[in-house]
Amino acid sequence: MKILVCISSVPDTTSRINFIDNETEFDRSGVQYVINPNDEFGLTRAIWLKEKESCEVHVICVGGIDTDPILRKALAIGADQAFRVDTKPMDANQVAKEISDLVKEKEYNLIIAGRESIDYNGGMVPGMIATLINANYVSNCVSLDVDQSNFKAIRETDGGKEEISGSLPLVIGSQKGLVEESDLIIPNMRGIMMSRKKPLTIIQAKFKTHQTKTVKYQKLPPKSEVKLVKPEKINDLIDLLHNEAKVI
Amino acid sequence: MAIIVYLETENGSFKKSALEVSSYGRKLADEKKTNLCGITFNSSDPFKIEKYGVEKLINIKTDHVFDAKIYADLLCKNFRDLGGTIFITGSSADSRFIFPIISILLDASYATNVVEFPSSISPLVLKRSVFTNKAFVFTELKNKHKIIGILNNSFGIFESERKLEVKDYISESLDSNVQVESIKEDGEKISIADAEIVVSGGRGLKGPENWNLVEDLAKTLGAATACSKPVSDMGWRPHSEHVGQTGKPVASNLYIAIGVSGAIQHLAGINASKCKVVINNDPEAPFFKAADYGVVGDAFDVVPKLIEGLKKFKSR
Repeated sequence: MKILVCISSVPDTTSRINFIDNETEFDRSGVQYVINPNDEFGLTRAIWLKEKESCEVHVICVGGIDTDPILRKALAIGADQAFRVDTKPMDANQVAKEISDLVKEKEYNLIIAGRESIDYNGGMVPGMIATLINANYVSNCVSLDVDQSNFKAIRETDGGKEEISGSLPLVIGSQKGLVEESDLIIPNMRGIMMSRKKPLTIIQAKFKTHQTKTVKYQKLPPKSEVKLVKPEKINDLIDLLHNEAKVI
Repeated sequence: MAIIVYLETENGSFKKSALEVSSYGRKLADEKKTNLCGITFNSSDPFKIEKYGVEKLINIKTDHVFDAKIYADLLCKNFRDLGGTIFITGSSADSRFIFPIISILLDASYATNVVEFPSSISPLVLKRSVFTNKAFVFTELKNKHKIIGILNNSFGIFESERKLEVKDYISESLDSNVQVESIKEDGEKISIADAEIVVSGGRGLKGPENWNLVEDLAKTLGAATACSKPVSDMGWRPHSEHVGQTGKPVASNLYIAIGVSGAIQHLAGINASKCKVVINNDPEAPFFKAADYGVVGDAFDVVPKLIEGLKKFKSR
């Protein structure tokens, strides 16, 4: 079995969000980049599958040279090979098309992509890939079992869960639940050493047109101070929520 | 050239988000001087949407269980038949499941997490929440076909009655590639995604045996219950209640956090909520910096008083 895990390089949650060039570009200076958490849950699940039965795990990122450390980390965690489509990703559609192109060429059985990235939060890439390659698709995937040709997955819905089963190939939108946070693999020295010898192949970008255009970013408006209510005057809170905030 | 809204139903009734999506669509149709049509599945009371400005409604009758691919195909077919150009949907888990598929099938530009009415109609520019609620971006949709996914509780519900024509569309049985079986586990509880008010508990509540405080407050307010990550990690509450960056997103009108310190990952996930209230005995808890209203006090003392006060307020 061949598994492809799609990796997005995202600013760490604690990063300061600033914009430059007249608010049209994200300010990368001083920002620490990490594997998108939802992708990392998926990567860990893929490594577990690899330990259980013979399969190959590849990772792919659509991005510039600055995303290589993230791919090396994925290799150190246990992926066998990495690909980077060398372009600055402009929208989900472009990313999905670049990834689908590799999937068609390498004939992966299982494609894992985070349910959404924590930077642009689009949540579109896995569903778009599934449609482009005509594979089955499970979003918000919190449990996955596969054998050589079939899968059984659980999707989290707004009010419960759904069990979806069918045949491979399959694309899932991975999230917490697939594995737990405590299961995430921290690369050891041996993994880091080995990752340097594993192949990281650069692919030329093919899809240059975009369906959306970023016009401008905007920071959150400054927040006013919290209004404190004394515990013994709790009815004041009810009054504020009713008359001022108008939410009850 | 029409604007099409996807109106989600639950057990045959329109969800609250469907009324919001219609209101948004109505305003856009007025600005663009065009018609507003809706597509829904198995509505048992289709005329309820008349008040919110829909002029034509396709009611797809199918006994198929929810299957994203089949639903996407049926929505696309009817969107095309209606001569749709802009497709508007909400932000439920189901709609986030279906619409990426539709965007490929229709070759449509797609924006999710839209928080406002378009800032420009032509070209169509939408304000979206990004960086997990830490910033916004204005995105232009360039393709002929466009999809707008609006965040719940971001626009509001407005009445604007039009004469409604309802057409049933009987879907022939379609071959599915997958078997889908629903596992209901949350019973009759209000889901976090649909709730206007969410009450959430953190480690400060000391143990699962004290969750009656959260549940009683939620019941008094008609709210959904949620919890912080450590609480779900320790197994005090089910994972489905975990809200925050890696949990469920929250975009309620009111979010009340009890004994939640306010880790940055938690705040990121709930920041789209309009009004945030924190009850915590530690005045240094980071949540006080993110909240609109705060009570520094012991939850075991404050929450019962709050419930009592709310009951009096409701019976006024």
